[in-house]
Amino acid sequence: MNQLKLICQGVACDRGGRRVLNHVDFEVGSSEALIVQGPNGVGKSSLLRVIAGLVAKANGTIELEGGMPERSVAEHSHYFGHLDALKPLQSVLENLSFWRDFFEPAAFGGGKVRESMSELEALDTLGIAHTASLPAGYLSAGQRRRLSVARLLVVPRPIWLLDEPTSALDKASEEVLLGLIADHIHAGGLVVAATHLPLNLPNTKFLNLSPVTTESEHMFAGADLDDYFDEDEQDEG
Amino acid sequence: MSWMKSLFVREYQLANRVGGGALIGVLFFLAVVTIFPFGVGPDMILLSRIGAAILWIGALLSTLLGLDRLFQADREDGSLELLVMSGRSLELVVLIKCAAHWAATGLPLVLATPVLSLFVGLDFQSIVLVTLTLLVGAPALTLVGAVGAGVTVSMRRGGVLLSILVIPLAIPILIFGVSAATAGAIDSNNFLVPFLFLCALTLFGLVVGPLAAAAALRVSGD
Repeated sequence: MNQLKLICQGVACDRGGRRVLNHVDFEVGSSEALIVQGPNGVGKSSLLRVIAGLVAKANGTIELEGGMPERSVAEHSHYFGHLDALKPLQSVLENLSFWRDFFEPAAFGGGKVRESMSELEALDTLGIAHTASLPAGYLSAGQRRRLSVARLLVVPRPIWLLDEPTSALDKASEEVLLGLIADHIHAGGLVVAATHLPLNLPNTKFLNLSPVTTESEHMFAGADLDDYFDEDEQDEG
Repeated sequence: MSWMKSLFVREYQLANRVGGGALIGVLFFLAVVTIFPFGVGPDMILLSRIGAAILWIGALLSTLLGLDRLFQADREDGSLELLVMSGRSLELVVLIKCAAHWAATGLPLVLATPVLSLFVGLDFQSIVLVTLTLLVGAPALTLVGAVGAGVTVSMRRGGVLLSILVIPLAIPILIFGVSAATAGAIDSNNFLVPFLFLCALTLFGLVVGPLAAAAALRVSGD
C-alpha cells in the first residue's frame, strides 16, 4: 500500500489585498495529523481553504504524493468548516444521503477504498440516529455539527481538513469525534486540523502560524517571487 | 449518474419547499399579467395585439424573482464550498441546478400561460403559439439568469443587481420569443425563422450559461 504525503512548500495567500499567509511549509503523511495552531486571525482557516482549493494561493506548491494522479488535492479531501452545509427543510437522512450520493469517493493509498459506514450507522455512531426523519432545521447547533461530521464517515476520502472541529460540541460528542478522527488516522488517513484548543490525537505534528509581519508585506511588493524560486532551487539541490 | 439524479431531486424538492415554491412564481406572473389591462384600458383589440408581449415580460420577471437564491442559499450554508470541491464537474452541477429550478418554477409558468392568455384576449392559435414559445424560450431565461446568479452570489442583496445584469441579456430572447408568437398568429410562414432563432438562443444558453456561472462560482470562495 503506497503512502500518501501532503507537501506544502512556500505557500502564501492573500485575502482582501492583505497577505495572511507567507512561506508556510509542512509535510504530513498517512497515519499522521497536523495541528495548525495560532491566535485568532492568523490564517488557520485560510490555510485549510487554500489546501481545499477554495481560495487561490498567491505562491508556493501543494502536492499530494501517492494519490490518484488525475485528481486534485481537494478531490482527495473532506473539508469540515464552520458551516454545516445542511438544508433545514430536508430531513437529517435526506441531507446525509445526498452528500453520500454526490461526493465522489477517493481511494486511500494503494487504490483501496476504505469501508465506509452506511448513513444510519454513521448517525448512530454520532448519537443522532433518533433524529433521522426530523427536518435538519429542528436540530440544535451541536446536533447539526454532528450531522455534518457524519458526511465524513459515509464517503471515504483520505484527507480530512478540519476547521475548529470541536466547536459547539459537548464533552461527550467531542470524545466521540476525537475517537473517529483517531480511527481515521489509524486506518491510514491524513488529518489537517486548525484549532486553538488542544486536541488529543495520535501521531501529531504541530504547525505554529504567526502573524505575517510588515516586513513580509514589503516582500509581497517585489521580492517574494524571487524568494520562492530560491527555495525551489534549494530543494532541487 | 446517480449523483445527478440525487442533485436534481434535492434541488427540485428544495425549490418546492422554500417559500411556496412554484405557486409564488405563478401568482406573481398572474399579478403582472392582470395589471396590464388596468393600465392599458379595456381595449380588447389592443390587448390581444400586445398580449404575447405581456405574457413574455410577465414570464421574464417571474423567472428573475427566485433566481437570486439559486446559488446564494448554497453559499450561505456552506454547501457551495462542498459542491465546488466535490470532484464533480461544476458545469454539470450548474446545469442540473438550472434544470431543477426550471422544472420547479419555470414549467409551472408555462403551464399557467394558456389560462393567463385568456386575460389578455388571445385567440386559440395565439395561445398555442405563446405557450410553445415560452416552453422553448423560458429555459434560456433561467440559464442566462444563472450567470447573473453566479456573479452576484456573494452579495447580500444581489437580487436587484441580478435583474439589472440579466434583463439586457434577455432582450434577444424576448425579441425572438415575442416575434415568433405574434408573427405566427398572422402568417404561419413568418413563424419559423424567429422560432428557430429562439431555439438557437436556448441551445446557446445551455452551453454558455453553465460555463460562465461555474467560472463565477469557482472564484466566489475568496
